[in-house]
Amino acid sequence: MKKMQTSLKKNIRENTYLLAGMIITGAVLLLIIVGLFWMPYEPTMMNASEKLAGISLRHPMGTDNMGRDVLSRVMYGSRITLFIAIGTVLIGAVMGTIIGAVTGYFGGMLDEVAMRIIDALFAFPSILLALVIVSVFGTGWLQLLLSLGIAFIPSFARIVRGEVLRCKSMDYVENARLIGVSDLRMIFVHILPNIKGVMASSIMIGFNNAVLAEAGLSYLGVGSQPPYASLGKMLSDAQQYMFTAPFYVLCPGVVIVLMVLGFAFLGEGLARWK
Amino acid sequence: MKYIIRKFGMMITTLLVVSVCVFLAFSIIPGDPALRMLGTEASPELVEQTRQQMGLNDPVLVRYGRWLTGFLAGDMGTSYNYKVPVSSMVLSKIPITLTMAIMAFLLTVLISIPLGIITAKHEGGILDRCIMVANQIIMAIPPFFSGILLTFVFGMIFRLFTPGGFVNYTDDFSRFIRYLFFPALAIALPKIAMTVKMLRGSLIDESQRDYARTAYSRGNNTNGVLYRHVLKNAMIPVITFLGMALADMVAGSIVIEQVFGIPGISRILLTSISNRDYPVVEAIIMGIAIIVILVNFLVDIIYRIVDPRIGLKE
Repeated sequence: MKKMQTSLKKNIRENTYLLAGMIITGAVLLLIIVGLFWMPYEPTMMNASEKLAGISLRHPMGTDNMGRDVLSRVMYGSRITLFIAIGTVLIGAVMGTIIGAVTGYFGGMLDEVAMRIIDALFAFPSILLALVIVSVFGTGWLQLLLSLGIAFIPSFARIVRGEVLRCKSMDYVENARLIGVSDLRMIFVHILPNIKGVMASSIMIGFNNAVLAEAGLSYLGVGSQPPYASLGKMLSDAQQYMFTAPFYVLCPGVVIVLMVLGFAFLGEGLARWK
Repeated sequence: MKYIIRKFGMMITTLLVVSVCVFLAFSIIPGDPALRMLGTEASPELVEQTRQQMGLNDPVLVRYGRWLTGFLAGDMGTSYNYKVPVSSMVLSKIPITLTMAIMAFLLTVLISIPLGIITAKHEGGILDRCIMVANQIIMAIPPFFSGILLTFVFGMIFRLFTPGGFVNYTDDFSRFIRYLFFPALAIALPKIAMTVKMLRGSLIDESQRDYARTAYSRGNNTNGVLYRHVLKNAMIPVITFLGMALADMVAGSIVIEQVFGIPGISRILLTSISNRDYPVVEAIIMGIAIIVILVNFLVDIIYRIVDPRIGLKE
């Protein structure tokens, strides 16, 4: 155990990507977790006498055009972004895995039909697909979560299907079949655990894409509705005050970048793990 | 040839499935289109008459057939809000969005391929490491944020373009292109980073293959092996990726047009979504999907030309 610990420590010290990823992700998580229990101000509280204030002790990230505290809004907005990104990846990965595993394993007509639909959905860039679904469901963070979740299913389904197809012809599956393992058990107990490496990396990438897609869509104004804060919406509000209050633009933007970057570094670090 | 025909067949099937999905998605929306067009105060008789006129009482399959044949003939329906044909609203905007996407694509290809080759050639060197870290950071910046930053730096500080001062292609083509340069760059940046990373990895993998070693042993120098042998094979996965990236750029321009205040497809799409003007949304979504699917088809063909093995395997 002691030996493992030291090798872990050594690994982290030598693996700059992993270390940087842990620090950045940790900082963002800290911001979100602290925001759960304490925020300097109510994120929706306006103060007409302090519009577009610069950085100060009272407002570490300044205030916005309605005198709301940017730090509090960033805390609230990044919580929403994280929540939607996790939800999106969960919906996409679970549904995608089920669809991909079942179609890949059983094949035949079902597979053909499902793959044509998945191909068709795949033809839509996910932001566009989400826009279609938002226009059907209406705007709001829950609708956004559902839309992005559905939009992320095809890519997961494709990956899982490919992996299941690859595993299906392997010896251990043939062996299990000879013993008389049922189809369901075969998929969930024998095949799926063997593709968890591929799944882990696609979940990592999916998470980052989800953060970026959420930010993009809420920038367009289809995410959580005012007065509630979202990072993307803050950016689109802040854009016209870029010259007078640069921090109002920079803070939400940088938080989005850090969220994605931290995770990307973690992924890169894990890939280099020896 | 057989390969092309098969791919063409698949493209048509995908297009049909997409059209069914889009049509169904917009048919299940609660609410009566006739009522929406006339306003809530219309008399029931008038609503019924309009429903007849719009053909809303026909079975789903008939409506789908009519919509599809209409679409193919260039009739995309009538906007609920503006009461004008959708095609007149949309068609003049397509060149703007498409020009931007193509410029972004060209930027991606022109910048990322040399960079990918340089990083792979100097693998592990200081330049390589700097570019790789910069790559990771650029990939994490959403295009609309880099768009805002580009506006700030090049528009407001260096004054290379006037933010919000869009010039339409019908007025002055060269200023139109110049205005689109920075939006295109904003779209291209993350794609450039991804392409460099991919090409670098692919080049390094390929250069360790046996054929590369054979080429060396036959007296080729590094550049000879790289450009005459390795690069061609290493490009294969990159081409697939670039195809997907081009499709993504068309969709990504929706957000960027908003950032730079370009009156392209995006503005109509967003206002139509918030006004629930479904024929317009439907037409734009279908249009973008067609572009994306066509691009994918072309990529398949190019793929085949670059790598003749593809046809043999199947």
